[in-house]
Amino acid sequence: MAIIVDEHTNVVVQGISGKQGLFHTRQMLEYGTRIVAGTSASKAGSILEGVPVYESVGAACERHRIDASVIFIPAAGAKDAALEALEAGVKVVAVITEHVPVHDEMAIVAYAERRGATLIGPNTFGIVSSGKSKLGIPPNRFFVPGPVGVVARSGTLSYEIVGNLTAAGIGQSTVVGMGGDRVVGLTFVDVLRKFEEDPLTEAVVLIGEIGGNAEEEAAEYIKGMKKPVVAYLAGKSAPPGKRMGHAGAIIERGKGTYEGKVQALTAAGVKVASVPWEVTELLRQKGRASSGGREGRFSSGLSAQRERA
Amino acid sequence: MKMFEYMGKELFGQYGLPIPRGKMVTTPEAAAAAAREIGGSVVVKSQVLSGKRGKSGGIKFADNPEEAKATAGELLGLTIQGLRVEALLVEEKLKIDKELYISLAIDGAAKQPVLIASAQGGMEIEEVSEEHLVKTHIDPELGMQDFIAREVVRRMGVPRTSPHHQELVKLIKTLYKIFTEKDAELVEINPLVFSGDRVIAADAKVTVDEEALYRQPGLLQVTERTSAEEAAHALGLSFVELDGDIGVMANGAGITMATLDTLAFYGGKAANFLDAGGGTGEEGTAKALELILSRNPKSIFINIFGGITRCDDVARAFASVKKKRGIPVPVVVRLVGTNQEQGRAILREVGIEAYDFMQDAAQKAVELARS
Repeated sequence: MAIIVDEHTNVVVQGISGKQGLFHTRQMLEYGTRIVAGTSASKAGSILEGVPVYESVGAACERHRIDASVIFIPAAGAKDAALEALEAGVKVVAVITEHVPVHDEMAIVAYAERRGATLIGPNTFGIVSSGKSKLGIPPNRFFVPGPVGVVARSGTLSYEIVGNLTAAGIGQSTVVGMGGDRVVGLTFVDVLRKFEEDPLTEAVVLIGEIGGNAEEEAAEYIKGMKKPVVAYLAGKSAPPGKRMGHAGAIIERGKGTYEGKVQALTAAGVKVASVPWEVTELLRQKGRASSGGREGRFSSGLSAQRERA
Repeated sequence: MKMFEYMGKELFGQYGLPIPRGKMVTTPEAAAAAAREIGGSVVVKSQVLSGKRGKSGGIKFADNPEEAKATAGELLGLTIQGLRVEALLVEEKLKIDKELYISLAIDGAAKQPVLIASAQGGMEIEEVSEEHLVKTHIDPELGMQDFIAREVVRRMGVPRTSPHHQELVKLIKTLYKIFTEKDAELVEINPLVFSGDRVIAADAKVTVDEEALYRQPGLLQVTERTSAEEAAHALGLSFVELDGDIGVMANGAGITMATLDTLAFYGGKAANFLDAGGGTGEEGTAKALELILSRNPKSIFINIFGGITRCDDVARAFASVKKKRGIPVPVVVRLVGTNQEQGRAILREVGIEAYDFMQDAAQKAVELARS
């Protein structure tokens, strides 16, 4: 068992015949994801990468048990695709698509809630339960099993930090991308709650950024958590009023500032790394502290970490 | 995408929301003509995408066409909060009995639209104390039902017996219709005024979701980006000009921000934010490099962690730009991930040894910018 998806999760890829859909279907299959079906308007009835392709999620559900969907449909059709999966009863939906209009995002989120489903994204790299299942686009080789749960707003930055952890011999239980947009399904708090209850997760890394108040809300929840949390926040040097790529990453009217977030997290007992590569070290310290000063769980495999002069 | 006030009002007008009689003009002569057409006293409002126009002297009154012409002459060409005034809105001067506030925006935390209203308008809404604010989240599946609008009006302290009650309920419903149909992130009326029995939108602030512009063909496009930022946007690159001296290119918004932070950590300062995105190929990368060079940096730091992005694509693009136009400043490249070996081999041919770790590369880039 792992949170949200694991080796038993049956997955449908919506938009399997597109350039991204097909490429990442191959990657996901290589990682071990149980992709049992795909959807495509043009390629329905064919087999792609060994996966049977259907006209709709509904049609796929007639032949297979579908637990999760991963969506590679272009922005203009993303809302329809997500609603289609939710309506068919799929309980985990990851929308990889970027540039989805915010009113569409609100509609998807509202319907997912009504259906009691878990919505990941939009504009997310997806989710990886290391060694078990991957829904989305992260590069396979950096994601190895281990005791650390990771939850993040942004993709490449997560790969950077997960890559550092893996190089230091620290594997991950599950890595969840919430998505970089202002309105997304899963929040930090939702994921933290799952990690707190997950027997495979011993510590959590939270990767946030400036803008919005998701980190502040996370801090409130972390106050009551037993498991240690380490964070890194991007955007310390960003000037106010400039939108830094992500729809949410903007400091407006003094809200969503780096300092405010660090303060909230620190008050909740979170160690905040000032640069990405510091996360590994802070995690090791937390590991030692929680094991009563003995060599903690996260100190193993450190020989892989390059000595820094 | 922010809209100018006159555009917002035009949109309101199309939906039947009450707006003052007025006209957008770009010359003093046209301002005089507009004033003559409207008759009586007018207000001349600078059209810039910034708040605080009144406090900055961008809104003035005129009692006759001659005055309107003179006032327009003063305002046109004025700079307000760094923005040049190129257009004016000439409107009837309203008799204002009361100023109120109303807006619809997106609350990311609640994942729903939020309506904020107040019987105290005319000032910055941040300055209105909490007890005078009416805040209601709107379930997008429910939409703006009559009872919700009536409840907002009641909480604003406007009784059913007031001549403004019906007007306000109607206005709230129409505003929500505009908000959803036009893919708005914000619609704000401040002030909303009571003028005799009338309820009038004396201002209009509308921001439309850029991601939805493809399905809003009727809207005029307004940009706040600089011309270089606009060129980048057209290519799907996210580019922001900053005031440092180290050119930056990375792939992904989060890691680009982290790259700027890392430069700052070592005492350097980025000349730009450039997120080349996930799958940018050779052409996009070449264009990105040209944008960076347009900022005349002292050094360049390329930080690539290839997931979808392929390291060899980035390297090939870099090599081609270097050969074709030359790169006059030192370049530091950090390159790991998909096809990293092929990418590094290509870079070696043009004399660049890629780094493994972003901290080492960042440090080097800062050093080079200083020397």
